[in-house]
Amino acid sequence: MLLKDLCELKGVAGNEKIVRDTIKKDLESAGKKVTIDRMGNLIVSNGVKSDIHLGVTAHMDEVGLMVKGIDDSGLIRFTNVGGLDPRILISKVVEIGDEDVPGVIGAKPIHMQKAAERKKAFAMDQLYIDIGTGSKKETENSVSPGDYINFISPYQPFGNHKVKAKALDNRIGCFMVLELIKMDLPIEITGIFTVQEELGLRGSQVAANNLEADLVLVLEGTTCGDLTEVEEHLKTTELGKGPAISLMDRTSIYQRKLVDKLTEVADQHHIPWQYRRNSFGGNDAGRFQHSKEGTPCLSVATPCRYIHSPVSVMDERDFEGMKKLLTVFIEEISKGGIL
Amino acid sequence: MDGKNLLEKLIQTSGVSGYEGKLAEVVKEFFEPYADSITSDALGNIIVLKKGQKSSGILMFAAHLDEIGLMVKKIDKNGYLHMTSIGGFDQRVLPCQEVTVHGKEDLFGVIGMLPPHITGGKQEDSIKLEDLLIDVGYSKEEVGDLVSVGDIVTINRNMRLLKNNRITGKALDDRAGVVSLYEGIKNLHSQIHDVDVYFVLTVQEEVGTRGAITSTYGINPDVGLAVDVGFGKTPELNAHDTLELSKGPGILVGANTHPNVFKRLKETAKKNHINYQVEVAPGPTGTDAWPMQISGSGVATGVLSIPLRYMHTSVETVDWQDIETTGQLLSHFVMYFNSKEMEDFLCY
Amino acid sequence: MDKLDVKTLDTLLSTFGPSGNEDRVREFIKSEIKDHVDELHVDALGNLIARKKGNGKKIMLAGHMDQIGLMITYIDKEGFLRFTNIGGISPTISLSQRVVFQNGTVGVIGSEHLESVKDLKLDKMFIDIGANSREEAEKIVSIGDVCGYYDAPVIDDHKVVSPSLDDRIGCYIMMETIKNLKDSPNDLYFVFTVQEELGLRGARTAAYRVEPDIGIAYDVTMTGDTPKARTMALKMGEGFAIKAKDNSMISHPGLKNYLVQEAKNQNINYQIEVLEFGGTDSGAIHLSKEGVPSSVLSIPTRYIHSTCEMVSTKDVIGAINYSTNLLTTDFNF
Repeated sequence: MLLKDLCELKGVAGNEKIVRDTIKKDLESAGKKVTIDRMGNLIVSNGVKSDIHLGVTAHMDEVGLMVKGIDDSGLIRFTNVGGLDPRILISKVVEIGDEDVPGVIGAKPIHMQKAAERKKAFAMDQLYIDIGTGSKKETENSVSPGDYINFISPYQPFGNHKVKAKALDNRIGCFMVLELIKMDLPIEITGIFTVQEELGLRGSQVAANNLEADLVLVLEGTTCGDLTEVEEHLKTTELGKGPAISLMDRTSIYQRKLVDKLTEVADQHHIPWQYRRNSFGGNDAGRFQHSKEGTPCLSVATPCRYIHSPVSVMDERDFEGMKKLLTVFIEEISKGGIL
Repeated sequence: MDGKNLLEKLIQTSGVSGYEGKLAEVVKEFFEPYADSITSDALGNIIVLKKGQKSSGILMFAAHLDEIGLMVKKIDKNGYLHMTSIGGFDQRVLPCQEVTVHGKEDLFGVIGMLPPHITGGKQEDSIKLEDLLIDVGYSKEEVGDLVSVGDIVTINRNMRLLKNNRITGKALDDRAGVVSLYEGIKNLHSQIHDVDVYFVLTVQEEVGTRGAITSTYGINPDVGLAVDVGFGKTPELNAHDTLELSKGPGILVGANTHPNVFKRLKETAKKNHINYQVEVAPGPTGTDAWPMQISGSGVATGVLSIPLRYMHTSVETVDWQDIETTGQLLSHFVMYFNSKEMEDFLCY
Repeated sequence: MDKLDVKTLDTLLSTFGPSGNEDRVREFIKSEIKDHVDELHVDALGNLIARKKGNGKKIMLAGHMDQIGLMITYIDKEGFLRFTNIGGISPTISLSQRVVFQNGTVGVIGSEHLESVKDLKLDKMFIDIGANSREEAEKIVSIGDVCGYYDAPVIDDHKVVSPSLDDRIGCYIMMETIKNLKDSPNDLYFVFTVQEELGLRGARTAAYRVEPDIGIAYDVTMTGDTPKARTMALKMGEGFAIKAKDNSMISHPGLKNYLVQEAKNQNINYQIEVLEFGGTDSGAIHLSKEGVPSSVLSIPTRYIHSTCEMVSTKDVIGAINYSTNLLTTDFNF
């Protein structure tokens, strides 16, 4: 299973079925047993028994759009699923529903605007999708309210070790969990693929309520602010500086001694790494760390530019570094002394 | 050859104002079988001539080859490219677009967005062109001389089919017009007509109808029509400022149209059961017809507009039917001049 | 060449010549180049067209003689002069500057008292020539009289600071090119144009007459190298620039690439210019008759349209050397 295959799957929060089915098939063909809970989370064990029990988790869902309604002229009104800056929506082609009906999100021609208008962004309720129909009835033959809307963005390597794709947040994490489960690591690992993280860490709450583990590794694609005009102290992470390790975010403070153990292992194995340098945003660690009696967590991520857009960008070397770091860290844990 | 085929090829080929060269190759290939001669002038206008039996007058049809685009204005210390626009670009259509930077070789790039913790949830203001950056995935040293200041950048967008024969893609302004001209010359292939017809694929219309100035000077036509696109109706636009898709081309009325040309276009449409609409423009039309009209001793001009939604975005949308219909109207208009005196036609 | 001809440049920069009043500049340039060209012609608008004959390509080089200025529209009771602008005059830049009229009278630009600097407009400003009454003023100047910025040029090995570098520096480069040019196969028309600042007017009529195969203007352009400047790649001192585009023209890509290749062949510092405003004579030349492939050689200039425009001496010398060699090549592109 390549990262490319995972990124191109359509799995907007609340509609993760295809992602879940694909992951299930991949795990089962590797001989692993899979269970699916009532939220739709997918849970798998690597089949090893040991005293220390690790959890590794990633969310399957991505941000996207949903059809709200169809107006009289046949144009489709929509809303966002998960956090999306509406300014990224203009002048794009999208695909709607299970039939992938193509449509465009257009904009008022520049010739008909006053200069002052262009200074204000379009709000989502001013936008609509045009699939080429002329009436409500016609549109209703192909599209219904509640249909999920997906961006079109094929996986594209470019530049110097860079990759553009949609949903790097968080198919990167899904890829890592799959690899760690299928690798023959000498320690008991439960893999948890959660749903609806983008809607407020929903799936992970249910998963956390049912997990007994000593440490959970939360694996992600995370925001990166290394554009030129961003001041140095506001750059959360930078591409090319290695996997990012969190100290604190909106939903968790990570135990400093655990973070230090992780960075020590990275240094010992000459794996470049960086801190995730501010506390904006949150992830499923918020649930695992604070449910039942609480389970310590660590968050490790690959930095992604333009996160939550169809054109997010990562550096392959950070991605490879993340995989290597997780592997050696888990091996170290299995030798004892870390936990 | 198939007109839709030409349209698809044109959409896939980049041709920003001033840099239309690659399009010229595509156009020549398609128009050649139907033309008596194809030449180009100093600015790159492609001039396709179909001679008439009697050369009793000169008609010129103009559709512009160029599309709006971007140009690299600086490569910053981190390897990001700063851009300026060529033609009228609404900065709001740029965030999160995939682009091609036409440097030493074609490079893939992305126009990104600042992350939310920096925009601080302030989503009401649009992002200024000055603040947008093109990311080609290289540092300044890695970019080297792959990209230079002055290189052209286009948005990646291939043709997509929507329902009802509608087509979306970039640069349908004015590739739709170019294909109408192609349909027109194809229709004339088997016909006998008296007047000479110049099908001119103009350059640099988007930066000031510049190609039309020099091409009209060279041709010195009696009658000239610009075939461009008109504002397609969508809910937020005033109905009276727009044309409806699928109802045929707009025939323009106003100072930029010679009254006899207006009358003749309408009657030709009616006679041949071609759907049309009337487009109102009291003054400047923003098309090649504007400079054509005052060239040399004056030209009797008119404008045909193919209805197009979302103009100057990369998801411009037209109805294929409207393109075909416009091509039919052009060829029937040519046939009208058989056995007619040009001087009578031009007479006020 | 490796040094500026300070005396000639100083005279050129100090000669009176707002748009429409270029006579003195023309006379000076004529006297400097007449022994180095085959033909000289002055057309109806006042363009100076100097030809070095050849059988090859017909190339029109254009630099404009006119500078921006002001014209008196009214003389008030107290002897203060109200004015309108000739070309692009910025209220904030012109406030408190000195101007000089054709007869040598010096004046100062002042303004009415204003609540906020945002209210500063040309019609709230006036020229003060030190007269005490209308009668006294009318002995010296009249309505319709024209003036330009007045400040002494500073020329050294490093930089030139002066009013009217736009575009006397272009004219200077053309003059030095004419003087230094060895044999050229091309038919060269060096056109010193008028009224560029009012809309490329002289270039339009000159191009109509000359009917060139190729057009190259010599003019100034902005830089992006001062603190928090608007983003632009050009830096003073890093070489003359070959223009990709401005608001009046997109350089013919074939010609632009030819000019770049020539710079590489000559191993000379050059930059590529993308200007988001403004225009030059090539804007008019390229649309003449059936069109003319055109481009521009630009000198990066700070503080354009002020009394202290600034250029790098190195850039100017580089442009002269480049131009002198360039015009001997065959221009096949």
